[in-house]
Amino acid sequence: MSIAYKPDETFRDDFVYSNSDTAILRFPFPFIEDEYMYSVNIEPHVRGGETGAFEAVFDVDEHYIAECRERAMVLEQDPNRCMVLPHMMTAQWDTLELIMESLAEDYPEDFTLEKDGDAWTWTNRPLGIKDSFVFGDVDSLPLEPFEYITRQAQGDFTLQDQRENNLFMDGGMVTTQADWSLEFDLGMSFHEWHGPVPVAHEINVFDRALQYLLRLQYGNPVRRLNWTMTVNPRLDTSPENYPIWGPDRTTLTPENIGGKLHLRVELQTLFRLPRSNAILFGIRCYLASLDELTRVPKWGRRLHRVLRDLHPEIAEYKGTTRYREMAVDYLSQFDDGEPTSPGIGPDVESL
Amino acid sequence: MIRHDPLMLRVSRIESLSPTLRRIILKSADNEPLPVAGPGAHLSLTLASPKKVYRNSYSVVSFSGDHYELIVRRVEDSRGGSAFVHENLKEGDLLPSTVPLNLFPIQVGSRKRLLIGGGIGVTPLLSFAKVLQENGDRFEMHQFVREDEKAVFENLVQGVGSKNIHIHTRRPKEGEIQALLEEQPLGTSIYMCGPDGLMAAVDEAAETLGWPENHVHREVFGAAGGKPFKAKLAKSGCELEVGENQSLLEAIEEAGVPINSLCRGGACGACMTSLLEGDPEHRDHFLNNEEKDSGKLIMPCVSRAKSAQLVLDI
Repeated sequence: MSIAYKPDETFRDDFVYSNSDTAILRFPFPFIEDEYMYSVNIEPHVRGGETGAFEAVFDVDEHYIAECRERAMVLEQDPNRCMVLPHMMTAQWDTLELIMESLAEDYPEDFTLEKDGDAWTWTNRPLGIKDSFVFGDVDSLPLEPFEYITRQAQGDFTLQDQRENNLFMDGGMVTTQADWSLEFDLGMSFHEWHGPVPVAHEINVFDRALQYLLRLQYGNPVRRLNWTMTVNPRLDTSPENYPIWGPDRTTLTPENIGGKLHLRVELQTLFRLPRSNAILFGIRCYLASLDELTRVPKWGRRLHRVLRDLHPEIAEYKGTTRYREMAVDYLSQFDDGEPTSPGIGPDVESL
Repeated sequence: MIRHDPLMLRVSRIESLSPTLRRIILKSADNEPLPVAGPGAHLSLTLASPKKVYRNSYSVVSFSGDHYELIVRRVEDSRGGSAFVHENLKEGDLLPSTVPLNLFPIQVGSRKRLLIGGGIGVTPLLSFAKVLQENGDRFEMHQFVREDEKAVFENLVQGVGSKNIHIHTRRPKEGEIQALLEEQPLGTSIYMCGPDGLMAAVDEAAETLGWPENHVHREVFGAAGGKPFKAKLAKSGCELEVGENQSLLEAIEEAGVPINSLCRGGACGACMTSLLEGDPEHRDHFLNNEEKDSGKLIMPCVSRAKSAQLVLDI
C-alpha cells in the first residue's frame, strides 16, 4: 500500500501537523495497562504486533518527507547534531547497509537498492535521490555514510561501541530528541548517559538492561516504547534550543490543551551491527495530540489514568509538572470508569 | 536484510588440509544473500548424523559476500560433530545454521593486539589478522602447532601476508608466555584461542604482570544450551524433556502451557516462575543474588538445571 505523504507539514513556527485516521490507528500507544512504571520492557523487534508501527524494520509513515526536511533545517543551523567518532567508520557502513536494505525490502515502491558487488545504487523516490557509490569507499558518497543515510530516515539514531563490558555512545544523528544532547553525551558509557533518569537506577533497570544489550545478537534486533509529552508538534526539543521551546509550556490553557499537548512516543530499536560489533539505537519519534488520541476510547480512558497516577519523580523528569493537572482535568471527560483491555492496541478498526 | 535462524547453507566445497583438518566452504542454499560474518564471528551448525543431531559452533575464518570459510579439526574425544564433518559431510549437503554470532569481536582502543593461538584455535585469529593487516593496525600473532602440521599452518597464515605472524612447532616453554607479555607496549590487548592449558598460562602471566582484565580476551561460543534435563510442571501436570539446544521456556511453550515472556534473554523478568524442587543453574540478570540463592525462583528463558529435574509451580 502506498503512503500518502504530507510534504508540507512543519514542526516549528506555524506547526502544520496532524495525524490521519490511519496514522492515529497505527500510533504506537505506549501504555500496556492503566498505570506506568519503569521496567526493562524490551521485546524482539519482529514484524507484527499490536500496532502498525511494528510492521517494518524502520517505520516510514505519512510524515516522512516533512520530517527529513525538518532534520535538514536543524543540521543547517547546528551541524553538531550529527557526530561520529573516527573509530566508528565500520559501524557507519553497517548502518547504511542495514537501513538501505530494510527500507528497500519493506517499501519497494519508494526505495530501491541495486548491488553489483561493492558498486551500489540507491534510489529514494519520496526525496528524489539517486546515488551510485562504492560500498566501503567514503569518497564515493556526498556525505559520510551514517549522515548520508540517517538524513533519509525518520527518527534519531545513535551508535554504541561495545568494549570493556560496556557500551559507549560514540556517534549519533540527533535532531528529534526529547531534551537530551548528543554533543553532551558523546563518548559516555551506558550508566553515564542514563545518569539523569530518576528511580530506574535504584531498581537496577540499567544494570539489567546493559547486561542484556551486551548480549544482543546480530539478526535478532529488539525494541521498546518510551514516552514523554511535548507542547506543540515540535520534533526538535533539544537542550540547545530550550529557550525556543521551553516557554511553550506556559501557553497551555484548558481550552487549547487538547490540540496543543502531544503524547510523544519513542519506538526505540536496537540492532547489533555485524562488521563493527557496535549497536545501532534507533529512536523513532511519534507525536499525537490529546484530541487525536482520545478518538480511540480505550486510549482516552487509559491516558487519563496513567497521567493522574504517575509517580511524582517520573512526572517531574518528563517535564509535565506545570501542566499535568490541567491535562488530567481535560482527559477526565474521556474516562467513564469502564475497564480497559490489556495491551496497547486501539481495540477499534476505524474512527 | 535481517535474517533469522535457521539459515540454510549448502556445502559448496570440502578440501582436506591434513589428515585431521578440513576446509569447508558454505554458500547460501536459497539464493538469499548471506548475513555478514565480522572478524571473530562463529556459526552454530546443525549436523544431523543418523545417530544423533549435533549442534557445533565453528569460527568463520573468512567471509566474502557469497560464502563462509570454516576449518574443522577432527578431535578424538569430540562430541561427535567434528567426526561427522570429517566422515559424512559431502559437497552439496544442506546444513541449517544460526546467523553469525560474534562473542569474540575485535575491540577498538588498543595500541597493539597480541594474538595467541594453539592448534585449531587459529581459526578466529586468522579472521582478525586479515582485518588488522588490511587496516594497518599493529599486531603480533603467535601460533603454537604440532611439528607435523607446520606446513599446513604456514600455508594458512601465508594468505594474510604479514611478517608479524610466528608459528612455533612446540608447546610454549616455561616462562615463555610471560616473557612475551612483558615485552609488549602499554595498551596492548590479548586475543587468544586454543587449548585450556595454553589459555590458562596466558591468563596467569597477564595476572602476574598486572594486566587489566579487560585487555585479555578469549574466544567464547554462545552458551544457549547445556545438558538436557527434565522439568515437571506441578499445576498443569506436564513432564517435559528440555533438550540440550532448547531453553526451558521453549520446552514449556512447546508443551502448550501458557507462560509470559518478553525479552527472552534473562533481563526483563516477564517469565519468572516459582520453583518447587530442584537445583537451578541461574543464567539471568534479573534475580539478585539472594533470590538466586533461595532457589525458589527461576527465569526459564535462559536458566537451566544442575539437578536432573526441576519442579515448577505452573
